[in-house]
Amino acid sequence: MSTILSLRDIWVEYGDKIVLERVNLEIEAGAFVSIIGPSGAGKSSLLRIVLGQEVPTRGRLLLDGEALTPECGPDRGVVFQRYSVFPHLSVLRNTMFGLECEKAPLTARLFGTARREAQEAATEMLRAVGLGDALHLYPAQMSGGMQQRLAIAQALIKRPRILLLDEPFGALDPGIRADMHTLITRLWRDYALTIIMVTHDIREAFKLGTRVLALDKRRHDPHAPHRFGATAVYDLPLRNRQADPEPGQVVVPPPAREEAQEMMGHG
Amino acid sequence: MRWVNRHVRRSDRILLGAAPIVLLLLVYLLMAAQRHAANPFDKILPLPGGMAQAMSALLFEPDQLSGQVLFWADTLASLERLGIGLGLATLLTVIIGLVLGVLPPLRATFGPLVTGIAVIPPIALLPILFIALGLGETAKIALIVIGVTPVMVRDITAYVASLPREQIAKAQTLGASSWQIMIRVALPQAMPRLIHAIRLALGPAWVFLISAEAIASDVGLGYRIFLVRRYLAMDVIIPYVAWIALLAVAMDVALTALDRKLFPWAHGAGH
Repeated sequence: MSTILSLRDIWVEYGDKIVLERVNLEIEAGAFVSIIGPSGAGKSSLLRIVLGQEVPTRGRLLLDGEALTPECGPDRGVVFQRYSVFPHLSVLRNTMFGLECEKAPLTARLFGTARREAQEAATEMLRAVGLGDALHLYPAQMSGGMQQRLAIAQALIKRPRILLLDEPFGALDPGIRADMHTLITRLWRDYALTIIMVTHDIREAFKLGTRVLALDKRRHDPHAPHRFGATAVYDLPLRNRQADPEPGQVVVPPPAREEAQEMMGHG
Repeated sequence: MRWVNRHVRRSDRILLGAAPIVLLLLVYLLMAAQRHAANPFDKILPLPGGMAQAMSALLFEPDQLSGQVLFWADTLASLERLGIGLGLATLLTVIIGLVLGVLPPLRATFGPLVTGIAVIPPIALLPILFIALGLGETAKIALIVIGVTPVMVRDITAYVASLPREQIAKAQTLGASSWQIMIRVALPQAMPRLIHAIRLALGPAWVFLISAEAIASDVGLGYRIFLVRRYLAMDVIIPYVAWIALLAVAMDVALTALDRKLFPWAHGAGH
């Protein structure tokens, strides 16, 4: 498969604190990459860099072989743990937002036929994430799981090249989380998505991912712990789930799981 | 039971809330009656009958000089000044607050200026306004606008700037430009806060209105109070003050109702 996103020698420094050092990654189209690692290992920093919300101190990012401007754009969709949806818009309007921005630069509102088309597209997208009956609710009226479903629908309607998930299911109940796993797996397959997901749940990482990246510090200086940054210490390709008949029932090779859990242990 | 856990029922709340007001009225009546017992012509604490008599002339009879019914002319003039002043202040707040809140370079450029203007006591500017704009309506309205706008702008700017970073990033991943973020993400979410800012600005706005009317005017609630003060006419001053309080409370209640009606999403969206 072809490379969609390349990170070349990425460094992130805040003052004299080095968060990420020498991160080199190639993400292939159609991959579901899970990023795990101890707190403070720069998982979210890495995601924000790919998103364009943060600028790396050094290094380059290439999307489809072209350098990315350090700004968020419609080629990369995102779902955060919180605050991903607009509280002042109904579910339907939240989902239409991306279409309205694209087609009406000045008013960001659509009228007549264009509006009806956008409504239909949004409704279809919302049905796909299981919110077909909640079109006119406001986010404050919905549970956390429903809000995350909405955030996903909102992002997917723009057909992003890459979907970035920042601990998307971290705040949800275990039961709801399992439903969301099924949903994201189905969407990933149906829409042929490329997904990068940051999570602190190692089982989630292995259950969903086709590739698991573990970020941690390679070197450690006890006198100046902030002077070494984290990088991808493990890069584990899992069995290709697309050939798997049962979604979500991934068999992880035992060595990989042990290795990873051991690695998480000292985090 | 701890006092923090003692919740008051709705019906009891009205009773409890009314109690201190009724008590104050009673104390006033008692003191007024006492003074009148000592001196039937006392002007300092008029009895309700006296107030009604003094007010009936202002309420129902046209003034011999102007031909207007003074109470209503005063009310209309004051409300007009207050309305135009607050309206302009709100308009300016929406525009400036939104631009400064959403666009960091403009915030860096104009933020200190807004702060600088906000710390000047507006009354100190009144002489400048009278000199520059004359003694007419413009100066009075300008005082209200200058008095309340900087505080409102600072509040709305801070509020818009504190919208979650995630939300702004999300809007950009959905293809929104700076302009679109301003009008579709920041503006609607700032509206309930704006109503709140207007409610808080009502108090200062009345202060500036009454001050401007007291100093140079020929009609208005503030003008009348300061005019009849010369004759110790407490029987006019007290009903006027009560009327101002009533108007202010009515505006506050109306703004709260408007907020709940227009922005249900900000209040739990009709659970």
